[in-house]
Amino acid sequence: MAAMSEVWITIGGLFAATVAIKAAGPVILGGHRLPGGALAVISLLAPALLTALILTDTFAREQELTVDARAAGLACAGVAVALRAPLLVTVLVSAVGAAAVRAVT
Amino acid sequence: MPGRLARYRGGLRAGLGFGAAAFVVGISFGVVAEPVMGSVAPIVMSTVVFAGASQFGVVAVLASGGDAATAIATGAMLNARFLPMGVAAASALRGSRLRRALEGQAIVDASWALAARGDGAFDREAMLGATVPQYPAWVVGTVIGVLFGGTLGDPEALGLDAIFPAFFLGLLAAELGRPRAVAAVLIAGAIALGLTPFLPPGLPVLLASSAALIGLWRR
Repeated sequence: MAAMSEVWITIGGLFAATVAIKAAGPVILGGHRLPGGALAVISLLAPALLTALILTDTFAREQELTVDARAAGLACAGVAVALRAPLLVTVLVSAVGAAAVRAVT
Repeated sequence: MPGRLARYRGGLRAGLGFGAAAFVVGISFGVVAEPVMGSVAPIVMSTVVFAGASQFGVVAVLASGGDAATAIATGAMLNARFLPMGVAAASALRGSRLRRALEGQAIVDASWALAARGDGAFDREAMLGATVPQYPAWVVGTVIGVLFGGTLGDPEALGLDAIFPAFFLGLLAAELGRPRAVAAVLIAGAIALGLTPFLPPGLPVLLASSAALIGLWRR
């Protein structure tokens, strides 16, 4: 268990940082439209960031790259997505896949 | 574009699906966080921070003995993507600064991805509608995870750590139709994995967002 003072400082700090990050664009830019190039970049941010989160959450342990049961979970999720399963089914299938691999290894 | 109410309802409908998934991810967060932070702190965190990736990141830092400054920095870096997302959403948010700041808090990955249309326009009503079911689902899921995590057993044995990337994979699938999205995915993936051995967690993800610059490339 981490020290509780560190935990609460972390929650307060992350709360403030997250609110500020989310508010910055809407407050500063308001209802102004951006030029086309900026919009093209912005529309690609979601796929780029989602990809990075998927890969680091699956293949990274701290700064080390590993292939473990999480990869099996992601593969199961990939099959579910290819079959156009609902999001809830996709996440459940991934947990079952990772758990199954851990159960036999 | 359909009327405002119809777009809000459309967002709400999609949000129910996102919310069901967020509920399960929230349970996995509660289960993972309780041994590290106790029972109250994870629930407060889900209530005020409401950003899964950063919350998982912070728990990992604290669990490995990191201090509050490192944990906050990691969480803030993992949330830095909301800055460009907020820039994209800003074109659709109106009213006073305070109101825009408050509506900006509704930016979460699933809702933003739903509302950001390929042509760069942004659907404010779809985003707000989609976030409405996800917030209570995330908080209640965390509560259940905290309360029953002990009886569930080892979260990794249950595969709960595989749930979060699966959630994002489901969201990513809906994004691939955008022009040059596949190229952005390949570049972002190479950056994220290539930098992971050399940088602290969070930074590779943030730097991978630079893959979106391929949007400036003209054929």
